[in-house]
Amino acid sequence: MTERITALHGAGGEVMDQLLARLILPRFGGRPSGRISLLAGDDGATLDLPRDGEIVFTTDSHVVKPIFFPGGDIGRLAACGTINDLAVMGAKPYALSLAAVIEEGFAIDDLERILDSLAAVTEEVGVSVACGDTKVMPSGDLDGIILTTSGIGVARRAISDAGMIVGDRVLITGTIGDHGMALLAARNEFHLSTRLESDVAPLWPLLAPALDLPGVVHAMKDPTRGGLAAALNEMARKSGTCIQISESAIPVRSEVLGLSELLGISPFDVANEGKAILVVDPARSQEVLDALRRHPLGLAAAEIGFVDREYPGRVVFETGVGGRRFLDMPLGDPVPRIC
Amino acid sequence: MTHPFRFADPRRARDLVDAIRLLAPREPVKLVHVCGTHEIAIARHGLRRLLPDTVRVLEGPGCPVCVTPAREIETAIRIAETGATVCSFGDMLRVPGYGRSLESAGASGADIRTVLSIDEAVRIAGDSAHEVVFFAVGFETTAPMTAAVALEHPPSNFSILASHKLIPPAMAALLSLPATGISGFLAPGHVSTIIGTGGYGPRLADCGVPVVVSGFEPLDILYAIALLLRQIRDGRAAIENAYPRAVNPDGNLTAQRLLANVFEPAAAEWRGIGILPESGYRFRPAFARLDARARFDVGVIPEHEEDRACRCPDVLTARAVPADCPLFGRRCTPLSPVGPCMVGAEGACAIWFRYDGERPL
Repeated sequence: MTERITALHGAGGEVMDQLLARLILPRFGGRPSGRISLLAGDDGATLDLPRDGEIVFTTDSHVVKPIFFPGGDIGRLAACGTINDLAVMGAKPYALSLAAVIEEGFAIDDLERILDSLAAVTEEVGVSVACGDTKVMPSGDLDGIILTTSGIGVARRAISDAGMIVGDRVLITGTIGDHGMALLAARNEFHLSTRLESDVAPLWPLLAPALDLPGVVHAMKDPTRGGLAAALNEMARKSGTCIQISESAIPVRSEVLGLSELLGISPFDVANEGKAILVVDPARSQEVLDALRRHPLGLAAAEIGFVDREYPGRVVFETGVGGRRFLDMPLGDPVPRIC
Repeated sequence: MTHPFRFADPRRARDLVDAIRLLAPREPVKLVHVCGTHEIAIARHGLRRLLPDTVRVLEGPGCPVCVTPAREIETAIRIAETGATVCSFGDMLRVPGYGRSLESAGASGADIRTVLSIDEAVRIAGDSAHEVVFFAVGFETTAPMTAAVALEHPPSNFSILASHKLIPPAMAALLSLPATGISGFLAPGHVSTIIGTGGYGPRLADCGVPVVVSGFEPLDILYAIALLLRQIRDGRAAIENAYPRAVNPDGNLTAQRLLANVFEPAAAEWRGIGILPESGYRFRPAFARLDARARFDVGVIPEHEEDRACRCPDVLTARAVPADCPLFGRRCTPLSPVGPCMVGAEGACAIWFRYDGERPL
């Protein structure tokens, strides 16, 4: 019989201690965050952080449907989401917190799979899980599981998403739209079958070499919810510059394009979970591209545009057939068009 | 992005743009399409910027949600208020009618459901003890699906509020309105797959304005524009097919048979235009039991007063572009729409706002 989460698991007594001892400590106990770590089971943990540089702190709650999707699951997403927020601030990730809100009746096998994928990411990046919390909610009060991760990292000098200047080049680390389209296809409503997988991946190992070139990366952002369109618009708006993008330079998988045509949803409006936009010194753009392309996640890295003053705060898009338009902020969740 | 589809090839696009420049007359011409999907393709690919200044392309009544009269939205809401479940497409829900929309009625407790197809509404009826009504909007493209369901003996608690509209009568009506000044029509490819190029003949064969059926890829649209300009240059006004890979002269005979079995042409009200003869469908008597209008008594609905500043009527009749409207991007945005053209995903205002923001490039 399938072993399931019960209300007792969230009650803070012996049953919860047993669950933590069994599920959490073996996966995350081996990489202590500091003198007092997760293993101590104390009210908090201490962190051994480098003394120089800026400390960067971020948090994100993760819900996803389906919980297990092609190319990943909510565990991998929760680890990568926070690690990537640190990475695009230019910060090496050191420690995460992990809070889980679980629906009563959730299969413990599934929880283990989720924790395994989360642990695989923390191991790959070398980041500690310093502290955590578990709550159980009555069946029906939430849809499966919510994972919240906060993260601490240290940057030599943190990189904002608005630090670009006129003349800079805009780079993207790989193909656009994979995560969003893979999830749209995985939800059964459209009865589609594809081999498309989410791109969910930790970005720090990819970005670290580019950040070793001092002063070259002026701005960075990960195009998650709202996709490339939302991220570029936010960058243009906050910096007061105009971003000029060439559609034909943006790497997009043909499966993603096909789905996008079929559903009437632009690949630029849907989430990516393993990509970053870098805005760099024009004289060093090729060097950054070379550094990115040396990592497996950066093979499709490309220069997609530049920064000027034509329409401050806006993103101008040169289309594949040579037309021009603004690339606008998506308004909400994309829904398929019906004729 | 390397486009894997041949119909967006940049080199061929340049060739067609060159042809269009050669064919374009010196005096301005106004080309009108009647299809939101055309408008989306034109905006998404930035095609207007490729055309010479003398060639303007406008969207007419091409958005099924936008031309659905406020009276019918109010009818659907009143039906929902009797306790019935009302299902429709997501677009339809937010269109403002008499100070309220299906969405706001849903928030006030009515059972309003978004569906992706009429089949989903039939399934809901199968699982429900209550009356379930499908609010059927759309042109010749969606009407055959409504007809197919009507012929399949849906559950007895299922009925249809049919608000389908026909494209050729609307095109003909635009020509008879004052100040439209239309030099040529781009006819919608998907409607044409159903009615065939022959479907335009009865209304438009002798109208004196060229009609070219167009597909939806950038090259399809540029090619159709080139054919229209060539007809204009040569002083011809024929119905031509620039989308032969999908459209034939006769159309989809099965779909036409379904439609003829279930519906008969009837006068229909178009929001922003008025009542046009034989431009919609009503159920034939054998299907009267499926007609939600007969099943529910919603009382008398008074004339609807549109916001006077809203230029949707002019946009829907190709007498204005969205940017001509004083409300566009100011008081009227997709988040707080005043007129229907800012709501429907196929509406010209929503499309312009989406691709060009409050101020076109």
